[in-house]
Amino acid sequence: MKIKNIIIFSIISSLLLLSLISIWKILSTLQGVKLDNLNFQILFILGFLVTFLNVIIEKKINFLIRLFIFSFIFIFIDGYLIQNLPFWYNFGSFLIICLFFNKLKKYNNDFFINEHSTQTIIFDFLTLFGIVLFSFVILFPFYMMLVTSFKTQIALLVNPLDFSINFNQDIKELFKSYFVIFKSYKFGKYILTSTIVSLGTVLITLLFAIPAAYAIARLNFFGKSFMSTSILIIYMFPAIVLVIPLYTVFSQLGLRNSIFGLLIVYTATTLPVAIYMLQGYFKSIPKELEEAAILDKLSWFGIIIKIILPLSIPAISSVALYVFMIAWNEFLFSLMFLDNPNSFTLSRAIQYLSGDAETPRQYLMAGSVIVTLPVLFIFVYFEKYLVSGLTAGSVKG
Amino acid sequence: MKDNLSYTEKRTAYILTLPAVCLVFAIILFPIFANIWISFKEVELKDIRIPEPRAKKIVKTVSGDENKIKILYKLRNSSLLQEIRKVKFEDKYPKNLKPLDLDQRCTYKKNKINCDFGTWPAKYKENFQILFKITDNSVINKKELKSIKPKLDGDSDNILLNANFTLKNFKKVIFENEFLDLLLTTFYYTFFGTIGSIIFGILTAQMVNQKFYGRTFMRSVLLFPYVAPVVALAYTWELLLDPNSGTLNSLLINYQIIETPINLLGQKYIDINILGIDFKLRLALTTVIIFEIWRYFPLAFLFILARLQAIPKELYEAADVDGASPFQKFFKITLPQITAVISILFMIRFIWNFNKFEDVFLLTGGASGTRTLPINVYQQGFAISDIGTGSAVSIVIVILLLLFMFFYFKLLGRKVDEN
Repeated sequence: MKIKNIIIFSIISSLLLLSLISIWKILSTLQGVKLDNLNFQILFILGFLVTFLNVIIEKKINFLIRLFIFSFIFIFIDGYLIQNLPFWYNFGSFLIICLFFNKLKKYNNDFFINEHSTQTIIFDFLTLFGIVLFSFVILFPFYMMLVTSFKTQIALLVNPLDFSINFNQDIKELFKSYFVIFKSYKFGKYILTSTIVSLGTVLITLLFAIPAAYAIARLNFFGKSFMSTSILIIYMFPAIVLVIPLYTVFSQLGLRNSIFGLLIVYTATTLPVAIYMLQGYFKSIPKELEEAAILDKLSWFGIIIKIILPLSIPAISSVALYVFMIAWNEFLFSLMFLDNPNSFTLSRAIQYLSGDAETPRQYLMAGSVIVTLPVLFIFVYFEKYLVSGLTAGSVKG
Repeated sequence: MKDNLSYTEKRTAYILTLPAVCLVFAIILFPIFANIWISFKEVELKDIRIPEPRAKKIVKTVSGDENKIKILYKLRNSSLLQEIRKVKFEDKYPKNLKPLDLDQRCTYKKNKINCDFGTWPAKYKENFQILFKITDNSVINKKELKSIKPKLDGDSDNILLNANFTLKNFKKVIFENEFLDLLLTTFYYTFFGTIGSIIFGILTAQMVNQKFYGRTFMRSVLLFPYVAPVVALAYTWELLLDPNSGTLNSLLINYQIIETPINLLGQKYIDINILGIDFKLRLALTTVIIFEIWRYFPLAFLFILARLQAIPKELYEAADVDGASPFQKFFKITLPQITAVISILFMIRFIWNFNKFEDVFLLTGGASGTRTLPINVYQQGFAISDIGTGSAVSIVIVILLLLFMFFYFKLLGRKVDEN
């Protein structure tokens, strides 16, 4: 029973070690280390032996000594015997193995007597495995986007595996793609358009949504329940269905290629979300405050300005951030409505840039970095507000 | 007194909601009805523009006679398809000009000319000129004269407003363009994308629900694909998967896992052999679905994580006392607690994936077997510029969605009854 558990434990933990080392190998390859085989089998057997022996001799030798012996064996075989690899690579492997052994500390001999030890191990290691793998899979494209924007056309074609950035070159050379897209492709103008459209959408949406949300949260009127259910239905409604009628009407009214046209559409599509989020928050404000205000003969308008607004600044700012992000990221309507390069938004401009097959990829990636950075910055900085709003079912995508 | 108060309350409520309701009605509800209208019409992109009479004014001097000036109007009908009726023309001139020859269709009064051109057929063109005499021998400023723009006016049919209806568009959608294949592709894309994102959502939520160092950071990282702009992500993936200079293919070749690069976004089928059974996998569609899962699992993750954190700890403690294994705890406690969230998520994601346009459009443009219904709306309406058929496709989308929602709620209602 116990030996079986230890064997299962060794297999699973060596799989984790394998994935850690493989990711490290991939990253090293991208930094120019010549590695043409991931050596899955050897690494797996090595990891298995190391973890297995580690448990067996656990009580005889001190943890630190074990750590050094095993990591030395591992690195010697992997980084020296199979293939001679540079020092920094081996040092990285060493750190990974230290981390790995630190995790293993918990699973000592006594642990394997436990009835459910195999399942506990599988669960724990799946979690670790998942964290490593998901971080890698999610961050890799972002990493690639950033690195590619600093490369030159020739470097990209000659060796697509070279992800190293040469920091020794002139700053003008390093940021060349960024200079080019600002100079020859007018990205400054597009940033301005995108900012105006997004901020405008935020302002108009709040202006329309706050009164409506207040009415739905507080006042009694005919059609109230109908309105609050239809908000959700409208929120689910597909944008692609609106495209053709809006296109025809906007063409006839001359609203295509205009910021105003975009503003109307963006506001209308974000309004249901904004009203839904705000009315939920307004309902949580105690009613007594308003009742006192009514006795003081304050009008509804006064109540909203003097009582509701100051109390709901967190909710309003999180709605504002959302609407900003939705408007900034929006692509479908800007693709349909804008065909004059003078009125492009950032997303549309990048898509336009890619339409020309001769546009170097690094320009495209520099544009992508520019359009992504503000959103990620807002998201990371205000994460606390935004996550609670996200679970309230807000952002459509 | 009370009635009076409830009356003002009602009135205020309507005033407060009116702007939002009007806007949403104009931009979201009206287009849905307009779509039904357009889908029964034979309209092309070029028919949308309302035909209008146009005139270009050119001022010419008459050689050999300084006291005369010629004004030429190049008149035309802007539409290549429709006639314009009752074309009216009006222009103003300085006081020192007098017309020498006047067309029969025109009258001259108080330095103003008024013409009645009647009906202009489609593509109509005419050079219309008037000779003027300068009465006071002064020099005429040509630019100034040209800057006075003539006014034109006319009646024309708006093709969108006439009462000619046809079923042609729906026939085209259903009997041409491999409708069945279109439906199947859309279904695969929607269904597997939804299921995949929910499965990964459960896995990641379960992961982050444990305590470990850097948990909050991990939570924001997991949401990155969801909050970043599609355009940037799609082009990065395209670059990553490129068969010639893409990182993924180069890596796989470098590690000798594959021999020749695979065009993951441009190849319709790939032969796969699993356990001796050969079958064809729709490669480009699979790649697009993987991108979709990658981008949208964070939503599922967030919903499920919020639910997981709300499960009372006592349940797990009781299970520990009973000696339940981690798997038993997951299947007997966790899973039943999150089924409600999953069923809502399934519906939301199914509807949104069904209508997803940008992702597929940016990655493949609908080529190599990735043409879904929303892509077809765009292709019909804007690439082939057949607006009517595009509208018909969007009506098909709406009908399918309503059907889905109807059956889903029915099924869900029955489940609730059984419990």
